[in-house]
Amino acid sequence: MANEVVDKSKRQFLTTALTVVGAVGTGYLAVPFISQMQPSARAMAAGAPIEVDISRIEPGQLIRVAWRGKPVWVLSRTPEVLEILEKDTAKLADPNSANSKQPGDSSNNYRSIKPEIFIAVGLCTHLGCSPTFRPETAPNDLGDDWKGGFFCPCHGSGFDLAGRVFKSVPAPTNLEVPPYRYITDTQIIIGEESNKETAA
Amino acid sequence: MKNKMDACTNSLKNSINISTDWVLKRFPMSKLWNDHMAQYYAPKNFNFWYFFGSLALLILVNQIITGILLTMNYKPDAALAFDSVEYIMRDVNWGWLIRYMHSTGASAFFIVIYLHMFRGMIYGSYKKPRELVWIFGMLLFLCLMAEAFMGYLLPWGQMSYWGAQVIISLFSAIPVIGEDLSLWIRGGYVISDATLNRFFAFHVIAIPLALLILVVLHIIALHEVGSNNPDGIEIKESKDPWGHPVDGIPFHPYYSVKDLVGVGVFLFFFATIIFYMPEMGGYFLEHANFIPADPLKTPEHIAPLWYFTPFYAILRAIPDKFMGVIAMGGAIVVLFLLPWLDRCKVKSIRYRGGIFKKAFVLFIISFIVLGYLGTQPATPGYTMLARVFTAIYFGFFLLLPIYTPFEKTKPVPKKVTHESSVEEDYTALVEAFDKMTIKQEPVKTSWGATITPVKANTAGIKQVLIQLAKKLKESLD
Repeated sequence: MANEVVDKSKRQFLTTALTVVGAVGTGYLAVPFISQMQPSARAMAAGAPIEVDISRIEPGQLIRVAWRGKPVWVLSRTPEVLEILEKDTAKLADPNSANSKQPGDSSNNYRSIKPEIFIAVGLCTHLGCSPTFRPETAPNDLGDDWKGGFFCPCHGSGFDLAGRVFKSVPAPTNLEVPPYRYITDTQIIIGEESNKETAA
Repeated sequence: MKNKMDACTNSLKNSINISTDWVLKRFPMSKLWNDHMAQYYAPKNFNFWYFFGSLALLILVNQIITGILLTMNYKPDAALAFDSVEYIMRDVNWGWLIRYMHSTGASAFFIVIYLHMFRGMIYGSYKKPRELVWIFGMLLFLCLMAEAFMGYLLPWGQMSYWGAQVIISLFSAIPVIGEDLSLWIRGGYVISDATLNRFFAFHVIAIPLALLILVVLHIIALHEVGSNNPDGIEIKESKDPWGHPVDGIPFHPYYSVKDLVGVGVFLFFFATIIFYMPEMGGYFLEHANFIPADPLKTPEHIAPLWYFTPFYAILRAIPDKFMGVIAMGGAIVVLFLLPWLDRCKVKSIRYRGGIFKKAFVLFIISFIVLGYLGTQPATPGYTMLARVFTAIYFGFFLLLPIYTPFEKTKPVPKKVTHESSVEEDYTALVEAFDKMTIKQEPVKTSWGATITPVKANTAGIKQVLIQLAKKLKESLD
C-alpha cells in the first residue's frame, strides 16, 4: 500500500527471465522426447554382420539374404554378363559410380571384389522398393534394348546387372553395395569392410 | 388420487429444476447450446452440398468408436499384428463387422471430405472472412491423411509394409537432413517392429487428439463468422427487427433435422458397402494386403489407397526424386493458399466469370484423372498424361491471382435466391420425359392392369438435349 507505483522495468525483467528459463527448460526436455524416437540400442545391434555361404550358387543365380532387415542380393554373374557390363555403358547415368555408394574395393566397372560375385542392397535408391531380378534379354514388357538387369515395379527405375542405374529414370544413383569381405573363397561376411585388400 | 399424482409430478419437476439450475450456475450449458445450435442462424438456402460437414462428424465418431473396439484385440507387434487382424476377422464376436466399419469408414471419410472441400471451392467458402475456417479445415485434411497412412501400416500386410517404405523414403529426398529424418521416423534402418509400434501410438492417440481439437477450432471459427451459402452472400448484412438475419434460420431444429435425412441416406450406402463389397474391388482394401509383410520382396504393382492417388500421380510424374516430393507437397500447399490466390470479390460460382468456371472444371477433371493414373502402373504413356494433368492442376491455382482481379462477374443478389425443391425438380423431370416420348394406346396386361406404353420421340429428345446443351453453355459463361 505504501508504494503504489509499479516498477515496469522490474516487471519486464521478471517476465523476460521467466520466458528464457521456460524456453531453455522446454529445449532440454525436447532432447529426450525427440531422441527416444531414434533407433534404439537393440535396433542398432541388429545391424551386426552376417555370414553367407556362396559355394552352392549356380552361375546366373541370385540369392536373397537379410542384413539389417534389408534384402541383400548375392548374384553369380556369367562371363557373357561381364562382357556386356564392360561394353554397354552408353545408357547408364553414372557408369563409373562416381556419385554412388560402394566400398573402395568395389569401385570398379563390375562394382564387386570378384567380378563374378555381385553383392548389393536390394532396395531401389528412389523410394526403397525392392527391384525385381530380370536377367533375360529383350522381354516383352521391357523392350528390345533390355540386356538383363533389375527393374523396380514401383516407379519404373531400371538397373544393369552391376546395379548401375539407367538414364532418365526416377532413381538418382546406382544401387548401394554394402561393405563385405571374403573369409574363404566360398564364405563371405556382409557388413564388414575388408582391410587387407586395397581398392582395385 | 389425482391430487396425489400431481403432487408427485410437481415435486419431481421441482427437483429437476433445482438440479438444472445448480448445473447452469456452474457451467454455461444453455449458452453453448444456444450459441451453436438453437440460436445459431444458418442461411436458409443450404442445398445438397451442405450435408457433408455433419456427415464427416458422424464418420469421425464411427472411426473413434470402432477404433477403440479394434484396439481391444489388435496387437501392435510385427510378429503378431497380421495374425491379430485375422483373429479379429474370424474369431472375435462381430469382429469382421467392426473392422469393416473402420476400414470402409476411412474411405467414406475421404469421399465426404473431398465433397465438402468441393462445396467450399464452388461457393467460395474459403474467402474473407472465412480464411481461418479454410485453414483449420486444410489442417484437418492433413491430419486425416497422416491418420489414414499410419493406420494402413497396422494390418502389417505387403501393401502396408511397402507403402510405408515408399512414403517414408520420400523424406529421405530432402537434402542434408533427409536420411537422418527418415531414420528417426522409422526408428530403424527399414520399416520394422519399432515403426509399427510408434505408428500405432500416433494413429490411436496423437492424431485423433489433434483431429478432435481441430474440429472444435473449425466449428468455433465457422460459428464466429457464420456459414456461407450457395449464393455466397453475407446473411448478416440484412437483419430483422429482432437482430436475426432475414435469410437465416436456427440450426436446431431446422438443419439438425435436415441433416438426419442426409445421415439416413449415407448409412444406406455405407451399410451396402460394409455388407456386400467391403474391399470395393481392391480400392478400399487392397488385395496384396492379405499377404503378410515380406521385407525381402516388393509386390508386383504397388499403389496407395485411392484417396492418395492424385498426389501419388503427381509425385511419379516428375522425373527427379526431390522435385517430385516438392511437387507432391506443393499440391497440398496451394490448397492452403487458395484464399489468397483467388482475388475475386464474388464468392459463389453462380455469379463468377466464365474463365473461372472453365478453369475450375479443368481442375476437377485433372484431379480425377490424376486419381485414376495413380492407381495404374507407370508406363511411359501414362507418365506423359500425368505430366499434362499435373500442369493443369498447378495451372489452375497459379493462374488465379492473374485473372481473378479482372473477372467479369454477374450481379450478386442482396438476399438469398430460391433453391428448387424436390417437388419442383420432379415436375420438371416429368415434363422433360413427356416431351421425349409419345404415348401409345393403353394396353391391358395379362394380370389385369392397364398400362400406357410409350415410344421414343426423336424430335422431342433432340429438343431436350439442345436445351440441356444451351443451359450448360450458359452456365459456363
